[in-house]
Amino acid sequence: MEGLFYNADDGYLEGIVRGYRGSILTNSAYINLTQCETLEDVKLQLSASDYGSLLQNEPHMSTSMLAQKCTDKLVQEFDYIRAHAVAPLQQFLDYMTYAYMIDNVILLITGTLHERDTHELLERCHPLGVFESMPALCVATNVAELYNSVLVETPLAPYFSDCLSAEDLDEMNIEIIRNTLYKAYLEDFYHFTQSFGGPTAEIMGELLQFEADRRSLNITINSFGTELTKDDRAKLFPNIGRLYPEGNLKLAKSDDVDQVKSACDVFLEYRQFFDSNTGTGSSKTLEDRFFEYEVHLNKMSFQQQFHYALFYSFLKLKEQEIRNIVWISECISQGQKERINNYIPIF
Amino acid sequence: MSGANNRLAVFPTRMTLSVMKQKLKGAQTGHSLLKRKSEALTKRFRDIVKKIDDAKRLMGKVMQVASFSLAEVTYITGDIGYQVQESVKNAQFRVRAKQENVSGVMLPVFESYQEGANANELTGLGRGGQQVQKCKDTYIKAVETLVELASLQTAFVILDEVIKLTNRRVNAIEHIIIPRYENTIKHIISELDEQDREEFFRLKKVQGKKKEAAARDTLERESRQAAEGRWIKAAVAASVANPSLALEEPGDLLGGEDEDVIF
Repeated sequence: MEGLFYNADDGYLEGIVRGYRGSILTNSAYINLTQCETLEDVKLQLSASDYGSLLQNEPHMSTSMLAQKCTDKLVQEFDYIRAHAVAPLQQFLDYMTYAYMIDNVILLITGTLHERDTHELLERCHPLGVFESMPALCVATNVAELYNSVLVETPLAPYFSDCLSAEDLDEMNIEIIRNTLYKAYLEDFYHFTQSFGGPTAEIMGELLQFEADRRSLNITINSFGTELTKDDRAKLFPNIGRLYPEGNLKLAKSDDVDQVKSACDVFLEYRQFFDSNTGTGSSKTLEDRFFEYEVHLNKMSFQQQFHYALFYSFLKLKEQEIRNIVWISECISQGQKERINNYIPIF
Repeated sequence: MSGANNRLAVFPTRMTLSVMKQKLKGAQTGHSLLKRKSEALTKRFRDIVKKIDDAKRLMGKVMQVASFSLAEVTYITGDIGYQVQESVKNAQFRVRAKQENVSGVMLPVFESYQEGANANELTGLGRGGQQVQKCKDTYIKAVETLVELASLQTAFVILDEVIKLTNRRVNAIEHIIIPRYENTIKHIISELDEQDREEFFRLKKVQGKKKEAAARDTLERESRQAAEGRWIKAAVAASVANPSLALEEPGDLLGGEDEDVIF
C-alpha cells in the first residue's frame, strides 16, 4: 500500500534526499583527502564537492571551522526537507531532532545547575536540536523552574515526566539523566516507527535496535570500575533491540569485557565487534566498529524505496561524513598521519 | 682594575697592618668558599638544563598525543567541553610546592598529586566513555610533565641568578678585594720601612750632632778647666781664706751634666 500513496506526499523529498546522497563523498574522494599535506590542500580537495562553496570565502582554515561549516550545510539541507514535509514524515523528522534536543536540554540543565548564564549556552547547542521555545528555558533560574518549563515548552515533556522528577535533576549525575532520557526517547521513537508498518518499520526497527544495543553495550563497558551500580546500569538499557531482554540481563550482570562479549556471541553481527578486537595489527576500536556497522545499516536503507528510514539514514551518513572530514583534517593538522585511515568510508 | 695605587686609605701603622693581614686571610677563605659554591651550583645548573631539555622534548610528544586523543573524543562523542568543565567541582589534580636546598639556595619544587574522585567518570557513558577516560589520562600525563617542567624552569631561573651573583662575588674578591688588601699591606710595609729608615737616619744625625756637641763641650770644658785651673789655683788660694766659695763648685758641675741627660 505504501508504494501507492508515498509519492503523493513524500516523493519529492525522497528525490531530494537521494540527490543529496549522491553528493556524499566517495571512497576515492577520501583517498584524495588523506593524501593532503595541509588544511589548504583539504580545502582544495573539498572544493570539488558540495562543501566547496562553503569554504570559498574562508581565508583561514581550521578544523573547528570546517566542522562548523559542514554542520551548517547539513542543517540547511535538513531544514529544507523538514520545511517541505507533510504530516507523518514531518513528525518522523521531528522525532529525529529529539535526540539533539535532549543534548541541548541537558546542556542547559548543566548550566542552570551551576548557575551560569544559560543564554551563552544557546550558541553551543546543536542546531538540529534547536526548538522555538528554547530561549524560554533560559529564563529559569533554578532547576525546579527549568523542569516545569521543559515540561511545558518542549516536545521532550513525556520523557521528562515519565522518568524524572524535579528533585532528580538536582541529585542525579547529569550523564545518568541524559541516558535515562535517551532510553525513553529511543523506545518512543521505535514504537512510533513500528506504527508505520511496511519497510519503514522494518528498516527503522533494525537501525534503532542497533542504536539501542550500541548504547547498552557502551554503557556497560564504560561503567566498569565506576560508581554506577549494576542496578542503575540496568535501568539505562533501552527495552528494545536485539539484546533485549536476555542480552541486557547478561550485560547488567557482567563485570568485564569478556562477559559482555559472551552476551553478544549469540548474534552474528555483534560477534564481530569483539572478535576482531583482539586481532593484531588492527587499530580499530569498538566505537569504530560500531560506526562501521551503523554506516552499513544506513547504506542498506537506500536500497529500498517508499519508506522514511531514508531520511534518518541520510542524516546519520552525513554526520559520519562530517566526522570523517574533521578526523582527516585533524590528523593532517596534528601531523598524525598514521591514524588517518581510521575514518569510515561510506560509498 | 687593580692599579698599583688601588688601596685602602689607612694610616700605615703596625696595628692596621695586622688588621689588613687578617682581612686578606678572610678574603682568601671567602674566595675559596664562594668558588666552591659556584662550582656546586653550576654542576646542578647543568643537570637542570639537561633535564629541561629532556622534559621539553617529552612534553612535545605528550602534548601531541594528548591533543590527538582529544580529537578522537571529538570524533566519537562530539563537543563535550562545556559538560566536562561544569561537572568539575573540585580539582582532582593538584600541585604542592616544596623547597629544596642546594648549597644554600632555596629552590622551589612542584609536586603533583591527585586527590578526590574522578568527577568525569560517567562522561560519555552512552558513547565514547573509554575515549574520554583515555583522553583524561593522557592529559593528566601532559599536565604532570608541565608541572615538572615548571619546577625545573623556576629552578633554572633562580639558579642562573644565584650563579651570576656568586660568580660576581668570586671575581670581585679575586680581582678587586684581594689585590686591594695586598696593595694596602705592601703600602703599609713600605711606609713602615720608610719610617724606620728615617728614624735610623735621624738617630744617626742626632748622634753625630751629639758627638759634635760633646767634642765642643770637651774642648770648652778643657779650656774652661784650664781657665778654672788658673782660677782654682787662685780660688784655692782664696778658699783657704774663704771656704764658702769651694761649696759652690759642685752646683756648677750638675748643670753641665743636666745638659747631657736631655739629649
